[in-house]
Order: sequence, then C-alpha cells, then structure tokens
Amino acid sequence: MDKVSKGVRLENVSKIYTDPKTGKDFKAVDSISLDIAPGSFVTLLGPSGCGKTTTLRMIAGFESPDEGEVYLGEQAINALTPDKRDTAMVFQSYALFPHYNVFDNVAYGLKLRGVGKEEIKNRVHAILDLVELEGMDARMTNQLSGGQQQRVALARALVVEPSVLLFDEPLSNLDAKLRVSMRTEIRKIQQKVGITAIYVTHDQSEAMSLSDQIIIMNKGVIAQIGTPQDIYYHPSSEFVADFIGEVSFLKGVVRDTRDNKNIIAVGASELAVPAYQHLENGKDCTLVLRPEALSVADEGALPCEIVLSTFMGHYQNYHVTVDGALVKVTVFNPKNKKIYKAGEKAYLAVENDSIHVL
Amino acid sequence: MSRSKSAQLDRKKLFADPILVSTIVLLLVFLILFIVYPLFVLLIDSVYVKGEGFSMETFRRILDMDRFRKAFSNTLVLGGITGILSTVIGLLFAYVDCYMKVRSKVLKRLFDVVSVLPVVSPPFVLSLSAIMLFGRSGIITRTILHIYDANIYGLNGIVIVQTLTFFPVCYLMLKGLLKNIDPSLEEAARDMGASRWKVFTTVTLPLLLPGLGNAFLVTFIEAVADFANPMLIGGSYDTLATTIYLQVTGALDTTGAAAMSCVLLSLTMVLFLLQKYYLERKTASTLTGKASRERMLITDKSVTRPLTIFCAAVAAFVVMMYIMIPFGALFKLWGRNYSLTLKWFKYVFDYGGMNAFKSSVVLSLIAAPITAILSMIIAYLVVKKKFRSKWFIEFVSILAMAVPGTVLGVGFIRGYSGGLFRTGLLQGLYGTGAILVIVFIVRSLPVGTRSGIAALRQIDKSIEESAYDLGANSGRVFMTVTLPLIKDSFFSGLVTAFVRSITAISAIILLVTPQFVLITCKINEFAEKGSFGVACAYATILIAIVYAAILLMNLFMRFFGTSKKITEVE
Ligand SMILES: Nc1ncnc2c1ncn2[C@@H]1O[C@H](COP(=O)(O)OP(=O)(O)OP(=O)(O)O)[C@@H](O)[C@H]1O
Ligand SMILES: [Mg+2]
Repeated sequence: MDKVSKGVRLENVSKIYTDPKTGKDFKAVDSISLDIAPGSFVTLLGPSGCGKTTTLRMIAGFESPDEGEVYLGEQAINALTPDKRDTAMVFQSYALFPHYNVFDNVAYGLKLRGVGKEEIKNRVHAILDLVELEGMDARMTNQLSGGQQQRVALARALVVEPSVLLFDEPLSNLDAKLRVSMRTEIRKIQQKVGITAIYVTHDQSEAMSLSDQIIIMNKGVIAQIGTPQDIYYHPSSEFVADFIGEVSFLKGVVRDTRDNKNIIAVGASELAVPAYQHLENGKDCTLVLRPEALSVADEGALPCEIVLSTFMGHYQNYHVTVDGALVKVTVFNPKNKKIYKAGEKAYLAVENDSIHVL
Repeated sequence: MSRSKSAQLDRKKLFADPILVSTIVLLLVFLILFIVYPLFVLLIDSVYVKGEGFSMETFRRILDMDRFRKAFSNTLVLGGITGILSTVIGLLFAYVDCYMKVRSKVLKRLFDVVSVLPVVSPPFVLSLSAIMLFGRSGIITRTILHIYDANIYGLNGIVIVQTLTFFPVCYLMLKGLLKNIDPSLEEAARDMGASRWKVFTTVTLPLLLPGLGNAFLVTFIEAVADFANPMLIGGSYDTLATTIYLQVTGALDTTGAAAMSCVLLSLTMVLFLLQKYYLERKTASTLTGKASRERMLITDKSVTRPLTIFCAAVAAFVVMMYIMIPFGALFKLWGRNYSLTLKWFKYVFDYGGMNAFKSSVVLSLIAAPITAILSMIIAYLVVKKKFRSKWFIEFVSILAMAVPGTVLGVGFIRGYSGGLFRTGLLQGLYGTGAILVIVFIVRSLPVGTRSGIAALRQIDKSIEESAYDLGANSGRVFMTVTLPLIKDSFFSGLVTAFVRSITAISAIILLVTPQFVLITCKINEFAEKGSFGVACAYATILIAIVYAAILLMNLFMRFFGTSKKITEVE
C-alpha cells in the first residue's frame, strides 16, 4: 500500500442523547479530546455504556457531535457523510452483504471507486491472500465460519486503503481461542500495511496485547490515555487501576519525601515508595497494589492476617487483611514455598518499586 | 445542553446527499397532494360556504337529514356486530390452530386458504354468492328449501358477508399473539388445579384482551369503510359509505357528501389512532416474550371435536362461496335453469368487456410497481434515516389506511374537479387514467409501507452502514444492498398492490369516466341490475387474473427469492 495513513484528532467532542425512558438529555460522550498518531493502533477501552461505540461512530460519521470537531489528518470532517470520509469500519456483527459472495463483498468498495475490472480482481485477490482466505472468493458468506467471516469483513475494509480503520468489538462474537489468534492476526496485518487503527473493546487483554495506546473511558469521559504499561503500572485513578487487572488499595498518609522516595505510613508501619510525582506531606493517599507484586512472608513491611488461602495450581491465592483492609496476593509457583493457612498471622512483603501511589 | 449542533450537522449531511433530499421532497409533495390535500379539502368544503365564510351550515343540513342520521347509526351497528362476530370466529380459528392437534392435512390446507382469501378477494364476490345462495332465487333458499320470498338483503346479509370476509384478518392477528403466549404460564395455572376452561378465562383470555380489542377495532374500521358489500347486499340498509356515494351520484350534492365524509373519516381515524397508538402498544407490552417451548396440544375429543367441526364448516363454506362464482357464470338462468352455457362470457366480450379488462389490467400494472417502489422507499426512510419530516411521512402513509375509499373518492372529486383549490391548476388530471392510478397507489401504499417496514426492521442496520462507510451514497446503498435484501418483500408488495388495485372499487367508482370502465365497476353495474350471470362472468375472470398474479409471485419467490439465503445467515 502506497497510501499514507492519517492521524485522527478529536477536540472537545461531545454527543448528547435523549434517554428514552426519562426523556432527559445526557452526554453519552462528554468533551473528549484525543490525538491519534498516524499508523498507530489505539484501543478505546471501558465498561459497557461508557461511550466507546458513540465515539467511534462519530469518527466514522454515523453520528454527529454536539460539540467539538473531528479531524482526519488536518481536515475537519464534521460535516462529511460516512461515504465521503476516508475511514473503513469493521463491525461487531461483520455486516457482510448476505446477497454477495466473498469476492463481491470485498470488491464492493472498489467498484464504487470506479476501479477497473482487472485491477479489482488483482487487489481483491491480494487482500484475500493477506487475510489467508485465498480460494474462498466464490463462497457465499453464510458458508464461512465466524473467523473467516471476520476476515472477509477485515479484507473488505482494508482493500479500499482507507486512512483509518475502525473496529467496534470485532471479535466479541468469536470463541475465546479464535479471539486470541484473530487479534494477533489483526495486529500483524495492521503493522504490515501501517494503517491507523482505532479499536473498541471491553476486553482488557485484547487492549493490552494490541495497542500502542490505550484510551480508558468512563461515563463519557476519558479516564486515562497511555501505553499499556503506563496504564497498568501508573493508573491515574482508582477506576483505571480497578478496571485493568487485579488490584487492592490501601489507605495511607504521606509522612515525608527524601532521596527521591515518599515515605508513606500505613497504620503503624511505614513504606518507602519511589516518588514519581510530588506528594505533599501530611496528605492522605491511596496505595495501588498489584497482587503479583506482593507476597506473604514471616517478616516484611506490613503485618497482616490471612483470611483465605486457596491453591490454584500455578499460584497460591491469598486474601489478607492489613489494618482492616482486604488485600489480594498471588504467589506464583507455590510448590516449595511456605503455605499460610487462613487465620494465621504473617507479614505482607512488598516490592516497594512496584507500588503506585494515588 | 443542546442537541442543536448535531441536528444541524445531520441536516448538513442530509443535504450533501441530493438523491435523498430530492426523494424526500418528491415524497412530501406526493403525500400532501394526494392524501392530505383531498382530505383537507373535505374539511374546508364542509365548514366554508362561499360568500358566507366559515359556517356550520352544511353540517346542520346533513344532520337534519333523516337519511344521514339513520346511516350513521346503521354504520355503528354494522361495525359493532361485524367486529364482534369476526373477532370471535377469528379467535376460534386461532385457538384451534394453536392449541389443538389437527391431524387432517385437508383441514390445515383449508385454514391456509381461508387466511389468504380476504387479501386477494375482489369485493362483491361474497355478496354475489350470498345472493345466489340465499336470495330470492338462491340455490339453498329456493331450490332446496322452496322458500320463494327469501330476503337476504339488509343488515343480516351485510353482516354475514362482512364477517366471512374479515374474520380471517382477526384469525391471523390472534394466531400471531397466541403463538407468543408462553405455554408455561398456562401450565402453571393448570398445575395449581385450574380446569382447561378456567385456564382459558383466567390466563389466556386476559393476556389476549388487548389483542382482541385490536382485532375488533381493525374489523370495525374495515366494516364501516366497506362500500361494495353494503352496496350490493344492503338493500335499503344504507351505511355512511353508501349514503355518501348516493349523495354524490344521486343527489348530486358533493358538499353534503364532503361533510358526511368528514364524519365517516373522523370515526375511522379516531378508532385507528386508538388501535394503533394505544391497543397495539398494550398488546406488545403484555405479550413480549417468545414462547419458550412447544405447547402441549389439547387432545381431549370433547373439546377438539365441536371446535374443529365448527371451523371446518365455516372454512368450507367460505371456499364454497368462491366456487359459486364460476358456476354462476356458467348456468343459463340462476334459480330456474341450471343447464350449462357460455353465453354470459360471450355477452361480456360482446359488450365492451375487453375494454374494461384492458383498463383495469393496464392501470393496475402501472400503479403496482410505482406503489411497490414508493412504499419500499418510505419504509427505508422511516426505518433507516433521520430527518425532520420523517414523522410526517410515516404518519400520513400509515394513516391513509384508515381513510375509507369512498371518502378518498369524494376528496378527489372536490379537490381536483376544478383543479387545485378550484384554481384550475392540475385540472387536466381529473377524469384521466392518471388520477385512477394515483388513487390505486394511495389505496395500496399503507399496506406496502407497513410490510416494508417490517421487512427492513429485520435487516441488521450495520449491513447498510458498512456499505455507506465504504463510500456508497444513500441511493446506491438502497439499490445495491437494501433492495436486494428485501427482494421478496418487494415482489410480494408488487403483487399485493396489483391485486388491490385491480379489485379496488370504493374510491374509484366515483372517479371513473366512460373512457376508463373498470372490471369492478362492471361487476357492480350488472349485479345491481340483477344480471348475475354477467356479473359472475366478470368476477370469474377477475379471480383468474388475481390468481395468476399470485401464482407468478410464488414462482418468482421459489426461483429468485433471497430471503431463504439471508435468514440462514442469522
Ligand atoms: N441512539 C441512542 N439514543 C439514546 N441513547 C443512546 C443511543 N445510542 C447510545 N446511547 C446511550 O449512550 C451511552 C453510550 O453508548 P455506547 O454505545 O457508546 O456505549 P459503549 O461504550 O459502546 O458500550 P458497550 O460496551 O456496551 O458497547 C449509553 O448509555 C447508551 O445507552
Ligand atoms: Mg459498543
């Protein structure tokens, strides 16, 4: 593909809907701003109803924003209809044309662009090769498996060489195994053609494994934008921390900052945590603890009591209380380690480097 | 918070699509000119007296007419009785169909036939055969029972004929609802010790109540709007529809007819709105769930036997009434001389019959494709598009269903005989074949639109969105994606429109000119005169044409249909 892909920018974009029950207007998307670099793979992640689909459909042109402006590259596209926008969408339901066979489905967009017969043939076959569907071009779409249909949908979007590819939960109709292999497939193809992709999902592992950037949304606003690592290790709020992966929270008070460390008091104990941001002395704070960064030991920073201890095979799962708060701990490869039982008293061992403070 | 910006953008996008905009504009013009305007003119005519301005004089005048007052109460009585009888018989049929083991294939087939007959049946047909069966020279009354002064004309006659015509509509509606009642509800009641009758009265019936009301109102409206049957078999029992007709053709008083039309229109309109926006919603809310399992069918002979026998008898009777028609055309003199002859057919073709067939077929053939395309476009806009005047398009094209044909006919006379608002504009339309075609279209549009909407709601909206997204404008999307996906619905709409047009009578009987004689008008003319042989000959050929159209449709669906392929994808 010789086409340069374009970035997407949203500036303070809002969408107002009327709640059909109460008749009241509400902001399904509330003044969000995004800047998506050309060629990058970005996922919109968030709980159901947070406005992901609405955002995507505003980029595609199916919904019109009530505030703000959508840009494709440098061009403002608010007033363009979907057919005039250089985007191509892959739908959750695949949305293949049931009255066309695979070839005609993929060729549809090319025919609209007035591409010559011979070239259509070549380009369709090239794309079908890319998505590994060679030889299936004469099949009707209902003679394909779910994964194959998904790939036809992808091919149909790719073949028109859009500036941006949009995906709305494209894999949610597939079984778990196929989902995993299709997502690597999608990522591979996206990187090969170097196209900008915006991908809506509520599956965090999908977001983690695919994205250059993840945009976490909540109730119509952006909660955080960042790389998967950023978001996992340095969540900006309890919502984000809780939404991605397992997490426990401990309340503490900032005592002091020295040697690039924040000293934080939790109950009667103190922890020295790397200072990523400036924290005021005496302020309340929240510690974000990932279970895999913790373990239970005979000595450590924080005294705790075991409430639950479950053998899970490749790890031991503990629930402990620290200063009254519940903390989850996973200890991997528990075979030769000491196993604590519920009711025992022990200490929570913390890798101080892996603690994030809010 | 305001949604004005998105609304403005949506409008901008809409106007960026010239095909869409011009389609909407054309549609609006069509609907306003040919549905809203004629009805509006009726209202103006009845409250505005030239030289005097606004006045209720015309209404006062018709209210003073005994004839009108009688017709009004007659209409209500007729609608009520026909409505109740049709609903009850329809319910029995639906109940037998859904709850009882009907082993006989013949009976099943009979049920199917009966359920499609009213859709395709030309008007008059049942009246004609009722007269030939029970009239003064009726086979049953005169030949078998030797009653020489039998009188089928009047309320009894109309009620019998209308009930037999309309109960299948109730049957189909109620069958749909009964299928949706979850059998476990009834089983639960049964389990707690309720008898079968108790279950019916305490569970099934209450769940069905809004649906029954719905069916009653639909038949009531049909019965009240019916023109052909009261005309033929009503005798001196005049209804509003026939009185309006006589006011135009006999008393030559179109203003009075306009006022009467307003009364009839208000009646059907109010009932239709009640049905559409209250009962239909209520039905949907009480019966939302799909039946989770197959129902255990009733096998108890003491219940099944009388009910099935009753339904079978009714169904067989209806079918027999249709069979009477060709016989009526083949016998020398009904009631006296039952030897076979072709003289009635010969008479038809010797005296201008061919002309009538040609006009009917040609005009219907023109109207049908226009109707089918128009109703699909309306359905498409209503289901898939957002724009300001959408509610108007949907409302008007569906509401046209509640406009009695006679009322529309008077509206066209008042609205177009002197041109638009009597200005002479569009005057050329009046008295031409074009105006008949337009009336055909208006009369079939609601039915087509309704089934188009149902078909389009089945299509996942993202299929069209993806075409749009790939660069197709809305005209393109409609032609390459939507239309192929509703091909079956489109084609059956086409045939339905053809059948409805060629069998239409109530609206066009007021508008025909000698240049365009239509089959249905001929049937009316000869049946009125008592020439049943000729009337039957016309009706037989009409039935044959309709039947051929339906055969053609079935053939098409078998070989070119897409629905099957598409539903398999689901
Ligand atoms: N056409 C509409 N009219 C009114 N409200 C709507 C409409 N479409 C969406 N909404 C509401 O807007 C909010 C955001 O919807 P959206 O479809 O963007 O959510 P989502 O993040 O994609 O959720 P999911 O993960 O369930 O797909 C929801 O509360 C939804 O109910
Ligand atoms: Mg969504």
